[in-house]
Amino acid sequence: MTPRSRLHVPEPPARPGQEPDFSYVQISPAGATPRPDVTATAREIEPLALGMVRVLDEEQRAVGPWNPHLEPGELQVGLRHMLLTRLFDDRMQKIQRQGRISFYIKSTGEEAVAVAAGMALQPTDMLFPSYRQQGLQVLRGRNLVDLMCQCLSNTHDMCKGRQMPIMYHWGSGNIFSISGNLATQFPQAVGWAMAAAIKGEDRIAASWIGEGSSAEADFHYAMTFAAVYQAPVILNLVNNQWAISTFQGFAGGEHKTFAQRGPGYGIPGIRVDGNDFLAVYAVTQWAAQRARQSGGPTLIEHVTYRAAAHSTSDDPARYRPKEEWRAWPLGDPVTRLKQHLIALGEWSEERHAQLEKELEAHVTACWKEAESYGTLTGGPALDPLTMFEDVLKEMPPNLKEQQRELRALREAEGTGRATTPSSSAAGKG
Amino acid sequence: MARMNMVQALNSAMDVMLARDPRVVVLGEDVGYFGGVFRATDGLQRKHGQHRVLDTPIAEGGIIATAIGMGVNGLKPVAEIQFADYIYPGYDQVVSELARLRYRSAGDFSAPVTIRTPCGGGIRGGQTHSQSPEAIFTHVCGIKVVMPSNPYDAKGLLISSIEGDDPVVFFEPKRLYNGPFDGDPHKPAVPWSAHVRGEVPEGHYTVPLGRAEVVRPGKDVSVLAYGTMVHVAEAAVRATGIDAEIVDVRTMAPLDVDTLCTSVCKTGRCVVVHEATRFSGYGAELVATVQEHCFWNLEAPVQRVTGWDTPYPHAFEWDYFPGQARIAAALRQVMEAA
Repeated sequence: MTPRSRLHVPEPPARPGQEPDFSYVQISPAGATPRPDVTATAREIEPLALGMVRVLDEEQRAVGPWNPHLEPGELQVGLRHMLLTRLFDDRMQKIQRQGRISFYIKSTGEEAVAVAAGMALQPTDMLFPSYRQQGLQVLRGRNLVDLMCQCLSNTHDMCKGRQMPIMYHWGSGNIFSISGNLATQFPQAVGWAMAAAIKGEDRIAASWIGEGSSAEADFHYAMTFAAVYQAPVILNLVNNQWAISTFQGFAGGEHKTFAQRGPGYGIPGIRVDGNDFLAVYAVTQWAAQRARQSGGPTLIEHVTYRAAAHSTSDDPARYRPKEEWRAWPLGDPVTRLKQHLIALGEWSEERHAQLEKELEAHVTACWKEAESYGTLTGGPALDPLTMFEDVLKEMPPNLKEQQRELRALREAEGTGRATTPSSSAAGKG
Repeated sequence: MARMNMVQALNSAMDVMLARDPRVVVLGEDVGYFGGVFRATDGLQRKHGQHRVLDTPIAEGGIIATAIGMGVNGLKPVAEIQFADYIYPGYDQVVSELARLRYRSAGDFSAPVTIRTPCGGGIRGGQTHSQSPEAIFTHVCGIKVVMPSNPYDAKGLLISSIEGDDPVVFFEPKRLYNGPFDGDPHKPAVPWSAHVRGEVPEGHYTVPLGRAEVVRPGKDVSVLAYGTMVHVAEAAVRATGIDAEIVDVRTMAPLDVDTLCTSVCKTGRCVVVHEATRFSGYGAELVATVQEHCFWNLEAPVQRVTGWDTPYPHAFEWDYFPGQARIAAALRQVMEAA
């Protein structure tokens, strides 16, 4: 019989109603992966793309060469940022369910990927996140009221009502404007880093994309330009296993690790336990030091799990087992760091409960303040005539004319009837 | 006759074509096991198999490019781009490849690809889930561009698109998925089951491409619209009491000049309506066509009612959306002109 080709269609190991199965996730023992010098060649670093950098062992003790030896005070700050990020997410999701904001995206289970990485960088380093790294805003000290006002599109909204919830930006905090279109920020971060090198600055860039969006051509642009110019940039690929309904096999994860794409471009690729705060911190610190010493870019694959739905428009019960999050072999980054601190004698369940209560109260207070600046349905409202601003630096004649037209129309209508929210359906954007 | 909303009608069109023609394949992000984020492909993979209904990597350029390759190799791909706002990474594949393949190879190669994509605002989607980019496709020669305004047309036009030999970009106004939205977000939603065009045959039928339809006959003024704006225009006409003739363009390219211009020559007045931005918008093509064919019959300057020339703002979508009040004002203005 003549051999015939047959199309391979990736299948996730488990669907709703089936037992979760993560046997495909290759996990190295904590402390087992060597830590090369930051001056090592890309070729010498190649094995790191296949293993998994882990610091916290089964008892949540820090072991091995990647232990960053952080002070207990720093670990407590990290725990606080991750916990605050989680509580903020939980609150905003509830608020969306009440119909008070149109849309939300949680980062539950992935807090370390933003918080630990961000803490290992300098405040002057430039961050180009995707829509699931709100932890970066939290760790850089963003007032939660600002984030809430953006989600509310109210009178204090940094985006002046122009963007869907979570599309934050923070120029003075060195965090770029989040795009609804996927992966676009990855090559932009490379360009920013090239500019830093051209100007001879001691600043680096870091960007985050999902494993799903690494299928976009932008990933290839980023890797090629970063390799060609040895740009001082850290390229974080967050492998959270799911891109809405398609598992990581649809992004090419069945055949090689995502970190292994790095060596293909001549860029070090490091695979790290994304739910291990210490490992993410250590790997980022290593890559940052390398970039600052003109060692060029690093691709870091963070192996983690998207514990929540893709967004408030998504229902994961349709395509994956409900119990997957509990079965995830790398655990919960918040719980693991908490247990590590307890093992060190620097934390306790009581202190943790107390912190949780304090942060809950903080989130509540922030929400009250944010609401006072207006909501979708009531209170002070932004002036719709501002929608014509910022299209260009100076308003062109056609927009001036259209602004006049809308003003006249609103005056004729008696103006200002409140707009009501309707359900929003956002996809991978 | 079955009652269907627009999502069910589109689903039925693909179901019918998958069953009738083994060359038809459906591909896109989340379209397989999950059935699409708007449910347009719900159940199709289960029924027709994993080799006919394919989930894809997140890469719009990749989806369109591989659809072209499949089309060249004898299949009839129906590619979904999850939101029209995400289509731009695939734009080069559409403009430089899909649209020109037949021409550049003098007919040796072609790819009968249908690209389905939800467009338009009104769902609080902000600038990345609300756009109507039809004009940047109608400006490209070598592709057909379609936008239905109701379930019956949606199914018939999609079947025609799939059966045709040319590439089609098929825009689906997502605000119409569940009902004939008339532009007033404060009114309770009306389902398609109450609308005559929510009656959809379950089997195979076609609505021809390149044909507009007079959806409301009238003698005073012609309103040229498509997609969501057909229903908004109908409501505006009712509110003004002006006896307007509403023409649903349905296929933007190639354009049914005869139906449009017969109407305008009869009424002598014309208002063009679309949700997309105004400057270099598709309305400019309609106005130019009307001017060329109807100039000596016109009683008043042709008016355009469109989205403003800004990105779609999340908080102000009803100030941005060209609603009934703006259409009514334009109707009165063309009627008042001498």
